[in-house]
Amino acid sequence: MPSIASSSIVQFKNCRLVRGRTIVKDDFWVRGGRIINPEPVFFEEKVQADLTVDCHDALICPGFIDIQINGGYGYDFSSDLDKLEEGVSTVAKGILSTGVTSFCPTVVTSPSSVYHEVLPRLKRTPGGKEGAGILGIHLEGPFISPEKKGAHPPEFIQKIEGIDKVHDIYGNLDNVGLITIAPELPGALEVIHHLRSKGIKVSVGHSNGNLEDGEAAVNNGASFITHLFNAMLPFHHRDPGLVGLLTSQRINQPVHYGIIADGIHTHPAALRIAHRTHPKGVVLVTDAMAAMGLGEGHHHIGQMEVLVKGQKAQLVGTNTLAGAIVTMDSCVRHFIKEAGVTVVEAIEAATLHPAQVMGMDHLKGTLDFGSDADFLLLSDKGPLKVLNTFIGGECVYAAPGAHCIEYTQQRPLEEKVFS
Amino acid sequence: MKSRMNKEMGEVGGSYRSYGLRVSRALLLLLLSVSCWPVYAVAAASSLCISTCGGCPCKSDKFKMRLVILEDSERVAEWAARYIIKRINDFSPGPNKFFVLGLPTGGTPLGTYRKLVQYHKAGKISFKYVKTFNMDEYVGIPRDHDQSYHSFMWENFFKHIDIDPANAHVLDGNAPNLETECQQYEEKIKEAGGIELFMGGIGPDGHIAFNEPGSSLVSRTRVKTLNQETITANARFFGNDMSKVPKQALTVGVGTVMDAREVMVLVTGSHKAYALHMAIEEGVNHMWTVSAFQQHPRTIMLCDEDATLELKVKTVKYFKTLHDIHSCLMDQEPQ
Repeated sequence: MPSIASSSIVQFKNCRLVRGRTIVKDDFWVRGGRIINPEPVFFEEKVQADLTVDCHDALICPGFIDIQINGGYGYDFSSDLDKLEEGVSTVAKGILSTGVTSFCPTVVTSPSSVYHEVLPRLKRTPGGKEGAGILGIHLEGPFISPEKKGAHPPEFIQKIEGIDKVHDIYGNLDNVGLITIAPELPGALEVIHHLRSKGIKVSVGHSNGNLEDGEAAVNNGASFITHLFNAMLPFHHRDPGLVGLLTSQRINQPVHYGIIADGIHTHPAALRIAHRTHPKGVVLVTDAMAAMGLGEGHHHIGQMEVLVKGQKAQLVGTNTLAGAIVTMDSCVRHFIKEAGVTVVEAIEAATLHPAQVMGMDHLKGTLDFGSDADFLLLSDKGPLKVLNTFIGGECVYAAPGAHCIEYTQQRPLEEKVFS
Repeated sequence: MKSRMNKEMGEVGGSYRSYGLRVSRALLLLLLSVSCWPVYAVAAASSLCISTCGGCPCKSDKFKMRLVILEDSERVAEWAARYIIKRINDFSPGPNKFFVLGLPTGGTPLGTYRKLVQYHKAGKISFKYVKTFNMDEYVGIPRDHDQSYHSFMWENFFKHIDIDPANAHVLDGNAPNLETECQQYEEKIKEAGGIELFMGGIGPDGHIAFNEPGSSLVSRTRVKTLNQETITANARFFGNDMSKVPKQALTVGVGTVMDAREVMVLVTGSHKAYALHMAIEEGVNHMWTVSAFQQHPRTIMLCDEDATLELKVKTVKYFKTLHDIHSCLMDQEPQ
């Protein structure tokens, strides 16, 4: 890919945009890694674009954001610590082809030593040709319910006891963006409140708690539900559990909820019920584990052994799902097909909503003027397909068979316009 | 080519060379002036000029008022777009020779802009060597307000074409000194070499740009206070909050538009019919400012059927008989 000078104005033409909750036919302007408004460029700066790109009627949408991904391509973020950097960069690069431009590497329930080792090394990065950007670490555990551990190793699950213990277990939290906690655990509410005051988002999940526990957590600052339906009490009409947070009238702000739309972790009917109940809250996550991108066989997640057969990954010797091996673009396609949502709604679930969860929607997850130019060119003739991935205005991935991104010089440098 | 253009544009008159004919023509002219057919009179006068000149270099199509009547506003938009394209392409603009176009805003020219954008995208017209001057802009609303004329021009025209932004001039209603802004606008027009073709619309009260009834017919670009009718009509675009509706605007003057080498006024819809009648069948009057163009050497009044509803049948019939001649423009797509 040719390298474009950072101050060049690039005008993407012959495209449609996912903007303002709908699809509009409009040109798309980028400069200095940001999406810009061409109107002041015309009337104030009085210049035209330096380069134009013909998008051949592609659909442009913000880059996907995956806030729950445990590893992939043979690497796991919670183990293989000596290969951590290699693993993160392999995953970051690999997921560009799935349309993900930002992600939260997720660390499952692990011994304290792992947190102390890993957390300082997984820094936030802006993303680029080398791979998707890191928005912050997602810590899923160890302060979870032993009854709802899912694939997490039970021996490393911890009781909370107090804020100090949380800090002792985790170590330095500077690189952490999101923590999943079971709200019914004694001491949880205080910890949630404390973490929020430090700017870390909190999610409820892997919980045996009821709706009241969930509501108390939200009123103390929790804003997300980790993989709705999975690793929590099922919805009951007299005891809705955490699922009831989707419609609770006793919380001070609406919650977002993660959903793994791989056709395995959530029944399509459940997906539809959740979406129809609270459409603005749905966040697509992959919860992908080390086997993603590898195919069938034996792999590990956290400290556990996993068997992958077809599209399913299960803990060896059990029927428990060990995490998913789905890609984000697959989730988007599945969501459209199974939940009957519009293309715009599905894209928002993978872009705007996760950006809102992370408090980053002023810069990520939209095509608004001033946002980072992390975007995708999609084909929507048929199921959605990622053609090109851009980070900071630079093309970082082109699907085989996609049109080459050709930058056309708008006017020769030596030509002057005489007045 | 030129005589064909003359025919297309429906000019009245031929060339009368004999003295006898000249005398009877003068008498006819007197008769016509008395019967208040200024359009016909102007046309006749032009041919009189030609015959007395007897070989002077003034072109036979130098002075004309043309009334082009088309079926509906869609055809008006198409004709106007094709005419602009033809004028620009015939002018052969280049880096040292810009075509200067005066432009309006509002519902009437919207269709024309759409067609121009379509033809531009089809490669039939480039605006690379075109300079534009818009007629007007509100005072005191942000440039990017969705009701500003900057926004109108950006959304409907500028963003779709290849005009150099430095050559797209719109009055700045937020300039620190509005009088200076107006003066500088006049100067910029002069520096650009004057306006080759000014396209405009007409208000129901016969105004052109914001030159509302009572405006001086020799006015220049200036600040105008809007009348109550205009403000009330605009309220719906500002959430019906009267405090938000602009009370003033910057506008080119009647004199400014009269200085253009050619003027094309679009008139569509029955609500403009009376204004069209006052514009061309009555006298020049500052209460109907567009009537000033009766005294412009080269004007086209481009109308749809509905806009002619208040004209005399004989006026309409006369110009319609010239339809066959100028409909060639509609038959031929821009090359």
